[in-house]
Amino acid sequence: MEPKIGVYVCHCGSNIAGVVDVEKVAQFAGGLPGVVVSRDYKFMCSDPGQDLIKKDIKELGVNRVVVASCSPQMHEPTFRRAVQDGGLNPYYFEMANIREHCSWVTESPKEATEKARALVSAAVRRVYYHQPLENKEVPVHPDTLIVGGGIAGIQAALEIANAGRKVYLVEKEPSIGGHMMQLDKTFPTLDCSACILTPKMSLVGAHPMIELLTYSEIDNVSGYVGNFRIKIRKKARYVDTDKCNGCGTCMTKCPVKVDSEFDEKLSKRKAIYTPFAQAVPNVTVIDRAHCTYFLKGKCRACEKFCERNAINFQQEDEIVDIEVGNIILTTGYKLFDPSPIIEYGYGRLDNVITSLEFERLVNSAGPTSGHILLKNGKEPESIALIHCVGSRDEKYHEYCSRVCCMYAMKFAHLLKEHVHGAQVYEFYIDIRSFGKGYEEFYNRVQKEGTVFFRGRPGEITDVAQTPEEKGKLTVQFEDTLVGKKRRLPVDMVVLCSGIEPHDDAQDTAHKFNISCGKENFFTEKHPKLDPVATMTDGIFIAGCCQGPKDIPDTVAQASAAAARVLALISKGKVEIEADTAFIDEDKCSGCRVCNLLCPYNAISYYEKDKVSRINEALCKGCGTCVAGCPSGAITHRHFTNEQINAELEGILV
Amino acid sequence: MINGKTTFLNEVASIPACDKINECVQCGVCSGSCTTAEHWEYPPRKIIAMVRAGMKDEVLNSNSIWYCVSCYLCTARCPRNIKPANIMHALEAIALKEGYKPPTKTTTMYRSFANSIEKNGRIYEFGFMLDYFFKTNPFAALKMLPLALSLLTHKRMPLLPKSVKGKDQLNKIFHNITTGGSR
Amino acid sequence: MKYYAYYPGCSMEATGAPVEKAIHAIAKPLDIELMELEDWTCCGSSPFSGVDKVKAMAITARVLAQAEKTGLDLVTPCSSCYTILREANELMKEDHKLAWQVHEALVSVGLSYNGTVNIRHIVEVIYNDVGLEALAAKVKRPLTGLKVACYHGCQQVRPDYGFDDSELPNWLDNIAKSLGAEPVNFPLKARCCGSSLVISETGMAIDLIHKLLQNAQDNGAQCVLSTTCPLCHTALDAYQSQVNSRFKTKYNLPVLAVSQFIAIALGLDEKAAALDYNVVSPKKLLAPYFSGKASLAKAESAT
Repeated sequence: MEPKIGVYVCHCGSNIAGVVDVEKVAQFAGGLPGVVVSRDYKFMCSDPGQDLIKKDIKELGVNRVVVASCSPQMHEPTFRRAVQDGGLNPYYFEMANIREHCSWVTESPKEATEKARALVSAAVRRVYYHQPLENKEVPVHPDTLIVGGGIAGIQAALEIANAGRKVYLVEKEPSIGGHMMQLDKTFPTLDCSACILTPKMSLVGAHPMIELLTYSEIDNVSGYVGNFRIKIRKKARYVDTDKCNGCGTCMTKCPVKVDSEFDEKLSKRKAIYTPFAQAVPNVTVIDRAHCTYFLKGKCRACEKFCERNAINFQQEDEIVDIEVGNIILTTGYKLFDPSPIIEYGYGRLDNVITSLEFERLVNSAGPTSGHILLKNGKEPESIALIHCVGSRDEKYHEYCSRVCCMYAMKFAHLLKEHVHGAQVYEFYIDIRSFGKGYEEFYNRVQKEGTVFFRGRPGEITDVAQTPEEKGKLTVQFEDTLVGKKRRLPVDMVVLCSGIEPHDDAQDTAHKFNISCGKENFFTEKHPKLDPVATMTDGIFIAGCCQGPKDIPDTVAQASAAAARVLALISKGKVEIEADTAFIDEDKCSGCRVCNLLCPYNAISYYEKDKVSRINEALCKGCGTCVAGCPSGAITHRHFTNEQINAELEGILV
Repeated sequence: MINGKTTFLNEVASIPACDKINECVQCGVCSGSCTTAEHWEYPPRKIIAMVRAGMKDEVLNSNSIWYCVSCYLCTARCPRNIKPANIMHALEAIALKEGYKPPTKTTTMYRSFANSIEKNGRIYEFGFMLDYFFKTNPFAALKMLPLALSLLTHKRMPLLPKSVKGKDQLNKIFHNITTGGSR
Repeated sequence: MKYYAYYPGCSMEATGAPVEKAIHAIAKPLDIELMELEDWTCCGSSPFSGVDKVKAMAITARVLAQAEKTGLDLVTPCSSCYTILREANELMKEDHKLAWQVHEALVSVGLSYNGTVNIRHIVEVIYNDVGLEALAAKVKRPLTGLKVACYHGCQQVRPDYGFDDSELPNWLDNIAKSLGAEPVNFPLKARCCGSSLVISETGMAIDLIHKLLQNAQDNGAQCVLSTTCPLCHTALDAYQSQVNSRFKTKYNLPVLAVSQFIAIALGLDEKAAALDYNVVSPKKLLAPYFSGKASLAKAESAT
């Protein structure tokens, strides 16, 4: 069939037309070999735009379509559908990216138009050699993996499990709950955090459709949307979870004391422990790095006293292989450590504490039973809360961490409640109380007597300049609304620092084949229109691993991700793109170089026939084997040498 | 150009090292860190706000900026990496060039300092101090006499300037800059 | 032997004399050779940039042009010169208009600067190129038991050029330890002495100096080990009597520059360490070390 190419150059409003002379490009395209019609239009992706294509296919017999517009990431599916609706195989379509690759990155209109012509010429030459291809359909495995058992993971797990689908919830700590479990009250409702979280944790623990794997990590991920294969490493607890009933006797007998991570090192736990009383599962774990038996071969007190014989020092890590159709990452956050901000004295001056440390102090289940105490055991009379510590700062984190204004004001309220007669001061740059009930909460805190000073402190110092400052922590700041530098002595300083990604965020992203952004938060598919999906089909993100947010937004994202997963499961199948590779068995010499090259383990060697074959369901069309085959036996559908060479010719000519 | 007009803000922003002045969020860390802010009529942060507001006369007639000791705590701590110390010195230069007379002796001190360099190629400390006290308050020099004597007796105050041939080159350099070179 | 181009700065010949003399005394024992730039001129410094920034940068560039000809790293002991020289380097890289203006001015006197000079502070040279271990190995007269407050001053560590911590630096403390001394906790170790305005705002500067001396004394210091900056040294040393008369205090804290301390610890004599130049005499405090009785006293108290 003689190729009859239709070229459509999009204005994209002024996105392209503002820089590229689209009419000239369309005109130029009209003169290229094989082109029977060339048009330009304001918005090709719109209905009328798509209708242009369909009409030309019907009336002019166009059988190859080139659209010069945005990135294929944006609208390749849109135009392929339009071409298909017009009655043509969707792979007879090629896109020239004259927006992201041209108008958006080129300043000079002359240069941009020149480049657009080259890109269109390339696309026209290429599409000449396109072949009709059929997408494959693969089934979607109905199970789901959720990585991270904080509130986001718990919410997503319950949503999916309540829909009758199986969920594997993997959490690296010995219990689910995450940071929310450490909080005392939550803003703006002042709900007790544990009280609203533990019922959900219980449901997760008891749910027949949720398989909870705590103290576990993901070793390996392979596969593709609908068909992921995961290796989970269940780290050895050295405690038999079927036998342990959480009675806690072992904990009372263990002689080793270790700084409690859950209590932000403000109290001690034992080497055999549950992180907190309401742990789910309510089973202990032995911290092998501190256990006397593992370090010196002695003790074994826990084993001696355990009535259920649940201790097993011989236990080993267990690898569990699972298959799932979709994955949701809800790995949460880490609090910015203010130690590098030397002028604030964290780690050097007594009674300068972080927000999580404050949460543990004010929590009635915390190390001081809810009493706010200084290092010397007394109650503070005056407390300073510093906003934006390590945030909105080019030296640490440029971004605003969204939740700190609100939690700092929550602290002010709690201080007024817990410490009789406390003088509370908040030091801010801007008050960001954006959510439902948040501004009202700010007003409430003001009514309760907390004083707000607009001025980010220059330093916190213990070097006294006046008698009043002796023995105190002095906040040196400018009261910017008054315009004077001031020094305010207080007893305690709480540094309200921001949310940041975990240190291993990039490793995690790499493992799951997604990306991290500039600040190492996971990158969403589209920040406005697709915040819970990623560029990798079948992998979703929710909660603070995507960016700082409060609990309401975290829960909303978790439910959104769950809905996306359930939609895929409900549809039951996914279309796999047809641009996979295949091996010409006559040319294959059986050298197996491709087997090792394939990053998706899609190629296997068949001993009997002495050739390699590609599993098209696993093949992602990356092209590595095509380039690596010494015999040139592998062809990449939709990326044949002919097509690529034509494209190059189009650019160079 | 910020907002495309010739404004005081643009004038300051175009001076080397002062280009980020429009990025200030007025957080106040500079003032809160400033070693001498207690003496400033308008602390550093406010000066920047006043520059943005175009309040040239108020800024340059005030003695505030002349209290900057270049300790650079502001610059080390500014979350937007703005250089307030450099901005203060830039404002000082504008004030001197345009003949403002804020109520401070530091203006005279800077001029005496610059004169000493132009005359000798280097700072001739004794001469510079004589020049300064003569121009401001000769009686204040008497107060400094014990200090001057102790420096003299400890061999730390040479009474005569060293002759530096390079001073001719310096003056040529100044001339070139003043006359705008080839522009 | 390591070679460096050396830029002392204007104050070194006058108020900075003790610091400078000691630097030259310790150079050879530390295997460094400081080659002073010929006929050098003023670096410009803060007051000049308060008069005309472009002119100031241009005269800084003259110094850099001279240094570039030597092909060596340019070392200066004056923290103020150090900051100005480094700033000029960085600014001319970023601000092309400024670089062009400066270039034209230099060309008019037959000079040019291509931005290749590596500017270093002598304290950093001692710390990195000589090294604490080598320094300790050369110590012949350890300052055992001497409690020193190590004053780094502002412009040695700020703006942050990657040289020690800009809030609580400790390079001088580490050098002091290598010399056998005991650095005390000194929270104001990198705070301003006010010397850039000591002539026109004497009261304000004296107040700042007072705070520093008080902080050093409150923390048990017997003396101050100051950086090589002549302004810092003069402020703490020569102005100490002014602090006493204004605040009715009785400070008698000898202030020795790190170069002087090194000279003493390396076993050089009082003249080499320029002790006569100090206004607050350190001779009484250091007498036991010169007579060798200090180590004896320590040994006695140990038994």
